[in-house]
Parts: sequence; C-alpha cells; structure tokens
Amino acid sequence: MNEDVYVLGIETSCDETAAAVVKNGKKILSNVVASQMESHRRFGGVVPEIASRHHVEQITLVIEEAMRQSGVSFADLDAVAVTAGPGLVGALLVGVNAAKALAFAHGLPLIGVHHIAGHIYANQLVAEMKFPLLALVVSGGHTELVYMEGHETFAVIGETRDDAAGEAYDKVARALGLPYPGGPHIDRLAHEGEPVIDLPRAWLEEGSYDFSFSGLKSAVLNALHNAKQRGEEIDVRQMAASFQESVVDVLVTKTVQAAKEYRVRQVLLAGGVAANHGLRAALQDKMKKELPNVELIIPPLSLCTDNAAMIAAAGTVLYQQGKRADLALNANPSLPLV
Amino acid sequence: MKVLGIDTSNMPLGIALVDGDVVKGEFITNVKKDHSSRAMPAIESLLRQCGIGPKELDLIVVAKGPGSYTGVRIGVTIAKTLAWSLGIPIAGVSSLEVLAANGRYFPGVIVPLFDARRGHIYTGLYRYEGGALRCLEEDRIVAADEWARRLGERGEDVLLIGADAPLYSELFRSHLGKRVHVTPPSLALPRPSELVMLGKEKERENAHAFVPNYLRLAEAEAKWLAKQKGERNDGDRCSISSNDHS
Ligand SMILES: [Zn+2]
Repeated sequence: MNEDVYVLGIETSCDETAAAVVKNGKKILSNVVASQMESHRRFGGVVPEIASRHHVEQITLVIEEAMRQSGVSFADLDAVAVTAGPGLVGALLVGVNAAKALAFAHGLPLIGVHHIAGHIYANQLVAEMKFPLLALVVSGGHTELVYMEGHETFAVIGETRDDAAGEAYDKVARALGLPYPGGPHIDRLAHEGEPVIDLPRAWLEEGSYDFSFSGLKSAVLNALHNAKQRGEEIDVRQMAASFQESVVDVLVTKTVQAAKEYRVRQVLLAGGVAANHGLRAALQDKMKKELPNVELIIPPLSLCTDNAAMIAAAGTVLYQQGKRADLALNANPSLPLV
Repeated sequence: MKVLGIDTSNMPLGIALVDGDVVKGEFITNVKKDHSSRAMPAIESLLRQCGIGPKELDLIVVAKGPGSYTGVRIGVTIAKTLAWSLGIPIAGVSSLEVLAANGRYFPGVIVPLFDARRGHIYTGLYRYEGGALRCLEEDRIVAADEWARRLGERGEDVLLIGADAPLYSELFRSHLGKRVHVTPPSLALPRPSELVMLGKEKERENAHAFVPNYLRLAEAEAKWLAKQKGERNDGDRCSISSNDHS
C-alpha cells in the first residue's frame, strides 16, 4: 500500500473561504484562500451573517481554483476533508455542505476535521511531526496547549479561561484606535516602543497551564481611561510593547514549562497569532536557552492563518486511520478536540 | 432529462427527482430539525431508491429564498456545488413561487407567505393564467397589515398558502372578509416536484455566480449603510481606516 494519497481540504470556519489539495498529508499541491477581511473591516470585526454570505458566493470558485492549480482531477482524489468545527456555525455550514455534495457527486470518502487539529497539522506541511510533542495554538478564537503522544491523539493540558489571545489583541487594538484587524498593528508598534508600562500577568494557580487575558485587557483599558481623565497622552507604541510583552511572557513561559514537564521532542506553534513576530522571537529565544535539544517548528505565515491545506493534512491522517464521516456530518460550532 | 430539486429554504425539507415528465420521487418533511444533517442523506436516499446516480443528473433546481438565511444557504450550497462539480446547469426558483404553485386551480389571486416575525411576512402575488403561474407583484418583505389592506383594495378572491398562513388568516379576514381562502395543511407545504417543474422553465444559471435571494440585507450591513447615509447628510465622511499612528 504505497499509493499516493490525494486529499481535498475545505475550510470555512470564520472569514476565509479556503480549499487546498495535499499529497500524502505533506506536500501542498494548491492552497487557495479567499479572505473577506476587507468586507468586515468596516464593521470592526467579523459579522457572522456577512461571513456566511461571502462563503456561499466564493465556495465553488475557491474549490475550482484549488483543483485547477493542483492538476488533480476528482477521479484522482482519495477523500474530501472539511472543517466540521469549531467556528461560526453559519460559516461552517457552507463548507460542510459543499464537501458533502462533492463527496456524494464523486463517490469520495468524507472526513470531518477539527479546526485546531488542522492548525496543529499545518506543521506537518513543513516538517515531520515527532512525538511526544506540544503544540501552542493561538488565534482569534483559541489559546490552547495541546499535548500529543501520537497522531490524532490530543490532550488539552491548558486553555484560556476567558478571552483568546487574539481576541485580547483585537480588543486592545480597538481601544488604541488601531484599524481592524489589530493584531499585526500591535505587533508592529510593539517593535517601535519599549515595555515601560507595568501590566499584569495572569499566571493562575501553581502548575496550571491555563491562560487568562481578560484582566490584562481590562488593565490596558483602565490605563487608557485614567490617562484620558488626567488629560495625559499615552504613547501607543509603549502601550503596544507593554501589552505584547505581557501576553508573550505568559505564553512562552507556560509553553516551555509544559515542554519540560512532558519531556516532549517537539514544540509546535500554530494558529493565526503564530504570525506575531514578538511571540516567535521570544519562543525561539527561550527554547534555545532552556531546551536546546527540543525542536521548535513554526510554520510560515500562510500556514499559520486559516487555510485548507492544514485541514487536508489533518484529514489525510484520519483517512489513513480509516476514519470516515457520513453524509449526515454536521457543523458543530463548539466541537470538542477530544 | 433528469432533474433534482432541493428546497431547504424554510422549515419544510423537500427533495424531488423528476425524469422527463415523470415525477420519480419526492421527499418532504415538516419538522423542526436542522437541514444540514438531513438534506444530503435525503438526496442520497431518494436517488438510490429511484436507481439514478448523481452523474446521470442533467439539471439541479433549487429554491433560492426568501426564507431562513441559514436554510436557504444550505440548499444553495449543495445545489451549486453539485451543479458545478457535475458540470451541469443550475436553475433557481423563488421559494414563494414554489408555494404559490399549490394554488393551481384557484380562480383568484394567490398569496404565498412565510412569517418574517414582528408582524412582517415574506410574500408576493401570483395567479394562474392559461395553466402557467404568473407573478403579479414581486416577492417582498412587508408588514402583514399593509399587505392585507392592499389586497383588500383589489376586490378579488385571495388564496393564502403556507404553513404560517393560519397565523395571519384573521388579519387578512379583517380586510378581505369572505374573499380570503386558506389552504388546508395538506396543501400548505411547498412541493419539491413543483419546484422542479417551475425550474425547468427558468433561465439556466452559472453555478459559481449563483447566490440566494435573501430579500434583506444582513442586519449589520443595513445599520452600517444607514449610518453612512446619516453621516454623509451631515457633511461628515466616515474614515475607519484613516487612523494614523506611525
Ligand atoms: Zn483558526
């Protein structure tokens, strides 16, 4: 059984309509993403109903482009993999129903993929995954530390108790008057400023790998409010640098601590916030100092943000394990990872 | 010609397979369950029972709304994906027109309706002329009270059709008296075979460009547009992205 496996991946969990074809779970043959960011910018955030409407407009165009670029025909495909959750339910429904229609029309196996598993498997598109491993998944909707002993076995050892890291970035950016999406702006400004403003870090109980960012977000909002009351101006660059340092400090410290405790061979960074330069640099730095023998894998930007190649990669492993969904597959906005 | 019809635009789920002039099979449920987990299994089951494979299909017809935004999207997504990937055309039919088809032998005007909440209805005005269904007034969302008053002015017999019609029959009666007729429950659900028959006469559309007819902007967009208009009237221009912090 050394035949090549070709999987079409489809992802519509938030505001990107994406399709990709991946060979053997590792080689990207195409990776098409239609972003709706421009459309949502005027609302200062993703509007679910508008996201769903865009997905319906784009879905077949994006899949066609992914198929065309890959040079693979429906007859060559081995399976269709689709994000079944978590995410915006109306958005997920478009991808799930398109995937089911394709699977039915062409007699292909259907695979439902968890969005976070997808983010983690993005790493397999750039390196071989070595177990046990630890993945730090940070995005607008997620902040999770996931431990994996082998393929498709996930243990969530830490997660956010309130806001996701990316969510905190967006809220703070809005308070600072930065355009949507704010994460990249804070990252950029943080490099121009110094972390001179004292902001809290939520370490939580001893030994906990959970996160909390709402206190930090409130501290920033309070500081801005108080300064305004006093008629003072806060330097946006210094606030960005201070906020970012507080977030990154907690993320990196807990990740390295967990990597030590679980004696992992690899640490993976995944999710949209993995594009953050401050986070990448700090994690690289601390890993080099404290865990020089543990491999750190950070995928390129295009594979950190939402895409369908990662869904195809995760779906390929499930396909090889014999896991199949049927045509009753539904979107589940709060699908659990384990 | 083998045609598959799909209607998930409101609570009833309807699938039909028509081969030439023969209705091979029809599937209708009227239960409050999600369409997403049931539409594809219903399509698969109906085709299998009729002994027809997906690649034998020649046309997909879909109810394109109005209705539940999510519901319409499920049917349209399935329809356009099937049509595009099978390389066959798609045709869309108004969900209200499908309902109006149940009034085939009614001599007056036909008013299909879906409840749109807060006293509003999705509706239109139809009539059978020479065996063909004609749209007299296009689909709209309107206050039920206003619509009933306008219909009262026409002085014709009116047939209300739809599972939600009983909700408004009293209101219509207050404007139209005995000229109002309401279909019995057995005629209140849209028939997917009628959807197919109507769709066969419609223009064939490109699957990529095919979108639902929501009849309404998303709420956020409507608010945003209203705000823009207000600000422009004040001579004020909106400039969300002009903040400069560098
Ligand atoms: Zn994501």
